[in-house]
Amino acid sequence: MLTITELTAGYGPITALRGVTLTAEQGRITAVLGANGAGKTTLLRTISGLHRSTSGSVTLDGSTVTRVPAEKMPALGMSHVPEGRGVITELTVEENLRLGGLARGRVKADDLNRIYSLFPPLDERRHVAAATLSGGERQMLVIGRALMARPTLLLLDEPSLGLAPRIVTQIFELLKGLVDNEGLTVLLVEQNARSALSVADHGIVLNLGQVVADDSAATLAADDQLRHAYLGF
Amino acid sequence: MSETTTAPSAGGATRGQQLSSLWQGYPLIRHLVTAAIGLAVVIVVLTAVDDFQATKLTEMAYIAIAAGGLTLLTGLNGQISLGHGALMAFGAYTTALLYDDREVGTPLVVVVLVSVLVTVLVGILIGIAAARLHGPYLAGATLTLAIAVPEIGKYFDQLGGDQGLRLFVPEIPQWATDIAYYLTGSDPSRSKYVAFLAWVTLIVVFILLANLASSRIGRRWAAVRDDEVAAELAGIDLTRARVSAFVVSAAAAGAAGAMFALAQRTVGPLGFSLNLSLTLLAIVVLGGLGSLTGAILLSGVLVFLPQIVMDLGSGADLDATRASQMATLTFGLVMVLVILLAPRGLMGGVRALGLRLRSARAGRRTPPASGGSSSSGAAPSPTTDPASPSSTAETAEPDDGSTPITTKKGTS
Amino acid sequence: MLQFTNTALAGLVLGMIFAAFALALVLIWRSTRILNFAQAPMAVLTTYIALVMIEDGRPYWLAFVVALLAGLVLGAVLERVVIRPVEGKPDINAVILTLGLFIVFKSGAEVIFGTKLRTYPPTFGIRGIEIGDTTIGITTSDFFTIGAVIATLVLLVALFRFTDLGLKMRAAANNQEVAGLLGVKVGAMLTLGWALAAVVGSLSGLLIAAGGLVQPSYMDSIVVFGFIAAVIGGLESPAGAVVGGLLLGFSLSFVSGYLSAQLVALVALGILMTVLTLRPGGLFTATQGRRV
Repeated sequence: MLTITELTAGYGPITALRGVTLTAEQGRITAVLGANGAGKTTLLRTISGLHRSTSGSVTLDGSTVTRVPAEKMPALGMSHVPEGRGVITELTVEENLRLGGLARGRVKADDLNRIYSLFPPLDERRHVAAATLSGGERQMLVIGRALMARPTLLLLDEPSLGLAPRIVTQIFELLKGLVDNEGLTVLLVEQNARSALSVADHGIVLNLGQVVADDSAATLAADDQLRHAYLGF
Repeated sequence: MSETTTAPSAGGATRGQQLSSLWQGYPLIRHLVTAAIGLAVVIVVLTAVDDFQATKLTEMAYIAIAAGGLTLLTGLNGQISLGHGALMAFGAYTTALLYDDREVGTPLVVVVLVSVLVTVLVGILIGIAAARLHGPYLAGATLTLAIAVPEIGKYFDQLGGDQGLRLFVPEIPQWATDIAYYLTGSDPSRSKYVAFLAWVTLIVVFILLANLASSRIGRRWAAVRDDEVAAELAGIDLTRARVSAFVVSAAAAGAAGAMFALAQRTVGPLGFSLNLSLTLLAIVVLGGLGSLTGAILLSGVLVFLPQIVMDLGSGADLDATRASQMATLTFGLVMVLVILLAPRGLMGGVRALGLRLRSARAGRRTPPASGGSSSSGAAPSPTTDPASPSSTAETAEPDDGSTPITTKKGTS
Repeated sequence: MLQFTNTALAGLVLGMIFAAFALALVLIWRSTRILNFAQAPMAVLTTYIALVMIEDGRPYWLAFVVALLAGLVLGAVLERVVIRPVEGKPDINAVILTLGLFIVFKSGAEVIFGTKLRTYPPTFGIRGIEIGDTTIGITTSDFFTIGAVIATLVLLVALFRFTDLGLKMRAAANNQEVAGLLGVKVGAMLTLGWALAAVVGSLSGLLIAAGGLVQPSYMDSIVVFGFIAAVIGGLESPAGAVVGGLLLGFSLSFVSGYLSAQLVALVALGILMTVLTLRPGGLFTATQGRRV
């Protein structure tokens, strides 16, 4: 339901994406993997409109959204959880969540409760300043915040960064649950390829801005050569 | 760390190349030669102009001296000061206090040095207080300084109160009259003598400033400006770097104040209003942060432009007050337009142009480099966006580079 | 005893005026991380608009409201057209820009309205309130000043804390990129921030002018004292602005009353440096660690 065609983007003279083509299928988790500097974050930022592509197109559910500014994406059903999580530290947990829901219109108590039931640790800290949350709690918060807008497509940039393995597993399991139960489509950028491939259905490997592998997660995980060359394990 | 590497080739360097590498490699030579030329120009110009223009040139000189110090402080070290007019006041008042009587025989040089010293001491105090402050807090503190210091002058009768102090400038020494007569065929007027003093002071101060800027100290200042944490990790004492930058700019301001006193011959609180401090900052930014050349040029613009505007105004039949207001209004508009259209100021724009020309030339000589790696000296894209990471070429020449302040405007 | 009371009351009113101006500065700082040096001349212009209307015979309070609306428009237009290009650029650009605007607006006011002193009628009464048979140094106009500033503070706090719009503004101020990803129209929030700030600034201009004499430089002293109040408070919180304003107002009133009017600037400097030495980010900022 998300189709990228020949997407090219860069920063001045530096090309970060070179003609990337991929598809994220509905109701599946598609992982985007690769080493540092491979272009993974640029890819997400270009898809969500934070960064301007030089050529190529992005299509969401059939409509072209290449030049749509980032502010309009939530209304179209796309939520992007950026690198570094993006917790708004000055606000409380609940205020962060409210903010996520405002993209869809009025925020009702039910919307909030849905998120609180998905993430119990947040429920215990509703009115606490977001700045005081731990890394894992912050990750839950920003995912919950993104979910408040009831997206059909969720972009996640390195959610496992800086988190203990146990928490990473929790979060990934949660993601899998959402995908299975609600038909959410997820595009997951990860450096932690092992964890990502264990939960993803499909995987894309980027190297220096180009797609070097595009296959089911199982196949990628089994391909030793590929793993050694590009994924570090 | 010169921007073009002119390694003597196997065939032996030409005389031109030898001189060029000498020029690039030894800032001191560069500065001294420029100074000598400058001095010659000054003498010629002063001979040619009349007394009124000489006083204007004096004004240009002492404004430029203070601006020079400020441009290093703000451009090279990243500290925004809205209070340098107040520092000038310290130098000026000291000079006035030392020359408070016709009978005082202290040599001029001593008086100027003492004035500079006093301002330096004040600069140390303020610099230490300011070292911990950033951005708006520093701006606010120096703004208050600009307002508060003239009030000190008003409050104490020994400092002349509202009226200020009168100076008794010593007579022109005989040897100076003799030299002037020899060179120009006539006796130097007082105005021209003072103008000459001011410009010589400017040249001396600027040699020192330029040398500092291109020295290790200057690089430390720039490092602190660019990334405090990295600088500290590299072993640079942040406070010492900041205070030293502030003190140097204070010394320049003190010298400027001394010249101000000699030129104006009355030193009072009214001469050091907030306007003066704001004007200095405007000159520094419009001329290009960190650019000594820009400081001189813009000081000239500041001193001579109002007259031009006012002449235009009286041509259009405006009265003096209105004309002066129009001049101020024009100045403000210029500030706004320059910041919006050419954020790097005058010398920044010139510099960017120069880089473009140099990279074009370098591109033609050497085969194009692959991918994103840039050839020596060429900025990735000579943008006028001060927020872009400064090119390596620019950070390599801190003496007259107009590198932008890359303070982090990050939130969260 | 009476002198003490009167000095304290004068300090209260003065402090409220500083607070109003400081509030305007804080609002702009929070939304765009810029210190608006041009705030005072902007208020001077809007006050003159009201003055012209009053001299023309229009109702006093209509002129008052028009001045506030003029501030709204001025702030919005300024942000969108002139300030937007320097947001996100190095701090010094904004400093010079607003200083340039300071000069433009102030000399613009001089050119348009002249430098002659003009009277601006007070908001209410100008006689001291009588308690028993003593008249104390506070007037009904002063009560209005105090009330207006408190009302403004309450409204602002309510806006930010309890409304969705305020939430969006706070988000946009804290992290523009993330706010944009969440669907917040960041540009509009910034414009709104400036518009609101300009209204508050206009209010402070009117409060100072009322019952006194007006000329283009009549707000010069508040430029510095308002800044100090805002900086003492920490630039981040409206409450801080009010606290800073009151602290400064009381201090300066007592210094002026019991010592000398000329020491006022020095005392202000002293207070500022003391606060910043103890807390370099102002009184109300939580100490933030440095990001490595």
